[in-house]
Formats: sequence, structure tokens, C-alpha cells
Amino acid sequence: MKDGMNAVFSIARLGALLIKEFIQMRRDRITFAMMLGVPLIQLVLFGYAINNDPKSLPAALVATSSDPYTRAMVSALQTTGYYRFDHVAQSAAEAEFLMSRGDVAFVVTIPADFGRRVERGDNPQILIEADATDPAVASGAISTLSTVASQALLRAQGTQEAAKEAARGQLDVVVHRRYNPEGISQYNIVPGLLGVILQMTMVMMTSIALTRETERGTMENLLAMPSSPLEIMLGKVLPYLVVGAVQVVVVLAAAKLLFSIPFMGSLSLLLSAVLVFVLALVLLGYTISTIARTQMQALQLTFFFFLPSIMLSGFMFPYRGMPGWAQIFGEIFPLTHFLRITRAVMLKGAELPAVATEIGWLVVFVALFAGVALVRFRRTLD
Amino acid sequence: MNVIDVHGLVKRFGDKTVVDHVTMTVAEGEIVGFLGPNGSGKTTTIRIMCGLLTPDEGEGTVLGFNILTDALKIKREVGYMTQKFSFYEDLTIGENLEFVARLYRLRPVEEYVARTLDDLGLATRRNQLAGTLSGGWKQRLALAACIMHEPKLLLLDEPTAGVDPKARREFWDEIHRLASGGLTVLVSTHYMDEAERCHRISYISYGKMLATGTVDEVVKNAGLTTFVLQGPRLDQVAEALQGRPGIDQVAPFGATLHVVGSDKAALEKALADVEKEHKGVTVAPGETSLEDVFIQFMSGSKDNMA
Repeated sequence: MKDGMNAVFSIARLGALLIKEFIQMRRDRITFAMMLGVPLIQLVLFGYAINNDPKSLPAALVATSSDPYTRAMVSALQTTGYYRFDHVAQSAAEAEFLMSRGDVAFVVTIPADFGRRVERGDNPQILIEADATDPAVASGAISTLSTVASQALLRAQGTQEAAKEAARGQLDVVVHRRYNPEGISQYNIVPGLLGVILQMTMVMMTSIALTRETERGTMENLLAMPSSPLEIMLGKVLPYLVVGAVQVVVVLAAAKLLFSIPFMGSLSLLLSAVLVFVLALVLLGYTISTIARTQMQALQLTFFFFLPSIMLSGFMFPYRGMPGWAQIFGEIFPLTHFLRITRAVMLKGAELPAVATEIGWLVVFVALFAGVALVRFRRTLD
Repeated sequence: MNVIDVHGLVKRFGDKTVVDHVTMTVAEGEIVGFLGPNGSGKTTTIRIMCGLLTPDEGEGTVLGFNILTDALKIKREVGYMTQKFSFYEDLTIGENLEFVARLYRLRPVEEYVARTLDDLGLATRRNQLAGTLSGGWKQRLALAACIMHEPKLLLLDEPTAGVDPKARREFWDEIHRLASGGLTVLVSTHYMDEAERCHRISYISYGKMLATGTVDEVVKNAGLTTFVLQGPRLDQVAEALQGRPGIDQVAPFGATLHVVGSDKAALEKALADVEKEHKGVTVAPGETSLEDVFIQFMSGSKDNMA
């Protein structure tokens, strides 16, 4: 019986495998530097670069009159921060050309009779044309528009107070943008990057774990020696848990220091979730490693997995914007669940009950990947 | 009790039968040479015996353990040296040995490693990366790592391929030293001189075991007759001999020509004809070598790799 247990697991043998793996990791300088450098570079790059709510977009103004109402309207648009009037077009045709060239994102046309119509109370109109080839660019700028425009007009007319009086008793819609009142993209991006960076390095590194041994010819020797599949698996994935821990510290520290991301929830809850997530990732990588025959195949499988997981997890595009089948598909990625946890804990200050289901999903992934890997592992060279 | 006792082993990869009903017994303390051309199934047979491959048919025991069910126990008692260097090139010599010592749970690790390094004469190069060693040293390191856990059976797969003659000689001295201490050795090789240093040899070709026994037995059982020809213009004589009935092999050896055939009467008749046709050529009986026997085996067995 004792011998039976020894056959499956021995701390000494696991220790041998772990020490070997750490030495190899340390000696592969470029990979080692990549594991620590890549998260930092990506975080800084994407954290500063990605913005879902672009401001100060180039706009062309087509206005023939310079009456006070026209001026008030232009300055109101500028103060929203979305419009930067750096082109003044003489004609509609010129404005059209500017937009088709991509020089401007908006063309604002204020007709010559705008001022007169305002004074006459004759339904004044302005035309704003937006380049909606990228819907995200135009949406923010357009959404604020109607209230901004009408208020600007009232102010110019000096009838603001009167309008308020008139509005009394009417429906008042109160909107709270919670957890991120200023709509700062980084609040959304940086916690998400934690998941994406971990996924990238963890899955990639472990996906070549076994294939590297096979390609170098060391697998035959490893199998000829008394090491069990469980020991080999743990020996391969545990070192990356340590690497993952370092990456988490780097990303979280940078989130705080560089981007001042609020951290509302419990750090220990987040770290527990990270632990389960990283475990799921390294086991996924290891599973890939038991399926692929070469390092090249392993990397191809990894990349095949990366793109949909980034696109469909809700990291880049709104999860709820996807059709139902795609949302169900998105559930099969550990990243999807981790993103919900990390955003909930960091930004919303969520407690365990609020994220328990998602953590449960990650635990299911861990069990599933470990099971598949152990079944797939070829104990022989057959 | 035989250390290796396997019967009717069959291993197929796809529709190719790589090992075809191989039976083999090796007694304790024996050094058995495992010979055969490339792709004949030597490596596959060895891998089956150390539990790295499961046979499609056949059964047997290694060190008393069933090869089908006790692979793990076999692994613990066997030292297997792979054909290609399969220790970690990005680990130092010392780290490789420490790794092996820990995997076999040899305690204290340091004592085993230090002793092995001393035996190898590599104590001063302990911190050198294994990948930077020459072929001969890699082979010695691999052997040392294989015997560190004091196995009862050593399986060596072409251990001396690409190693210089002096290192080969030393390697074989070491093998004999280990065998005299009770270790059983099965070693595959291409070299005839190495085969002659084995107690017994087994010849396998295209998956089939063709001959087994001592070198003398194998040569005798092959039933070949050899003549040595001397004289002028032996190249023309060789050409004239090719294809005649009774002539199986014609091979120049320095200033002589070795002619081998399995049908003694036909061979003698052919040689008598040639002696008449070519003035000054003398024919004398020669000794059949192991190599002659193997060449005969190889030309006689059908290629199943094509």
C-alpha cells in the first residue's frame, strides 16, 4: 500500500523536478526577462494607449454667419471637449471632402439664417455629420449633444431661468455613472489587462513544457526514470504559479502607481481569485502540451485560443453586446470569468458572495484541465 | 532466474511490424550484445523491456517483474541509456546528477553525486554545462547517471555511436567491471569488435530474431565457408566472381580478397574456375568472421521498411 502511494506521488521526486525547472528557467535569460518585462511593457503601453472615449476630435465648421447665437453654439460644442474645430470650410463640398479624406471626424453646419430663426422662435436647426465608420469614436460626442445645444441656446437668449421655471414639475431623469463617474477607460482596461497578461504568459510558457522535453529528447529519459504523471505535471506548472505571482504584483503595483486605479475591494479576495485563475491557465497550457507533438504546434494551438478569448471575453468589446450564442461561447474562457471578478472586486468593491459563482467556474476549469491533462499524458512513448 | 525473459514480443506502428515475435533470455551477470542493421527494431525492443512501450503481443518478465503490469517497478531497478544524449544540456554536470539522485530518492544526494563525479573524474568540471561536453564525455556522464541508483540491469542503446576508439575501449572496460560485480547488461551496437566483447549476441533484422548465442556459435551455425584469394589484378578477379553460382560475398581486404558462400561445393567449383582463368591467383581457406555472417544475414532478410 505504501509502495502504491509512493508510485503516484513523492515530495522528493516533485522537489527534483521543481529544482530542475527553476534552474532551466533562470538559465533561459531571454524568456525569463520576457516573463517579467512583457507584463510591464504591455501594461504601460495599453494602459496609456487604449481609450474608449476619445476627446478633442477634429471637426470642420461650415458657418456663414457670425451672429452671437452661432458663436455661442460653437463655443458650447468646444467646451464639451469632444470637438476641436481646426478646419473652417467655405462650402459643404469642401467639408465633405475633408471628411472623406479622414481629416475631420465631424462636420458642423450652422445655416446662415440660424440666428434669425432663433430670434423668431422658428425651429432653428444645426446639422452635425459624424464619421461613424468607427461607431465608438462618434458615440460619445453625439450622446452629449442635444442637451448641450439647447442649454447653450437658452444661455445665449438669457432665458435660462425662465426655462427652468417652465421645466418645473416635468419628468427629471437622474443618471449616475457608478464606479467610474468620469468614464475613464483605464479603469476598465487596466484590471482587464491583468487577466490578459497572465493568460498570455502562463498559457504560452506551459504549452511548450512537455513538447520541449520531447523535442530535446529528454522526455525518453524522464519517462524511463521513476516519476509519475502527477509529479511531472506539478513539476511543470508550479514554477509558473510563482512567475504568475510576480506578474500580479507588478501589474497591481503599476495599476496603483501609474494609473491610480481605485481599489475598492479586498486584496486577499482578489489574490485568491488570481491564484485559481493562474492555476487554470497553467493547467490549460499543460493540457495543450499533452496534445501537441511539437513546440510549434503548441504555440499554434495557444494562439488559436488567444484571439477568441480576448475578443469574446469582454476585454475588448462589451460582453453584453454579443448575441446570445456568442455570450455562451464566451463563457468557456477562464478569462471571461476572471475579468468579471477582477473588475467587480477592484472597481465595485464586491465581496465574496458577489463573485462566488465566477470563482466557482474557475475551480471547474482547474479540475477539468487537470483531469484532461492527466488522462492525455502519455506515460509511454507509444 | 533469468534477468530478462520475454517471449513473442510484437510491436506494430501503423501497418509496419517493427518487432516481430522476439524472444530473448538474458541470465544474471551476462553481457549480451544486441545487433542488427538500422531500423531493425533494436531500440523498440529495448524500450519495451524498460516499460517505455507496451507490446501489442507477447509477454515476459524483466528482473522478475511483468513487463505489462509492473513498468514502474522495472523503471526503478533498470538503468536505461538512450541512444541520443537525453540529459539536460542547459543544466550543469552536477545539476544533472543531483536531479537523477533526487528522482531515485538516493540519500544523501550530495554523497552520491560527489562519488559519481569522482568516479567519472569530472569533479573539477562539476559546474560545466552538460551541453558543452564532447561526445565521449556526454556518453560517460550518461552512463554514470544511469548506474548511480545501482540498477540490477543496464540497457544500453548504441552507447558508443560517435565516440572515439579510446573512449570506446574505456567504456567497454567499465561495462565488464560492472558485469563482474553482478550487473546484467544488454547493449545494442553496430560494431563487430564490440559484439566480440559480449558474452553472447543476438542478431535481429527487420524485427525478427535471426541468431543468438556466443560469437563462435553464431559464426558456426551460419554455415558459411570463406576463402582468401591473393595475386595480381584482384579487382578483375572480383568482377569475374560476381554473380557466379555459389558466390555470396566478395570483399577486398587490403591486398587480399575474401570470398564467402553458403554452398561449399558450389563455392569451391567457382573458385577453381577463376583460379584457372586468372594466372597467379592463389586460393586458401580463410576464417569466417562475424561481419561476414551479418552481411549474409542482411542480404538474406527482406526489407520491411520500404
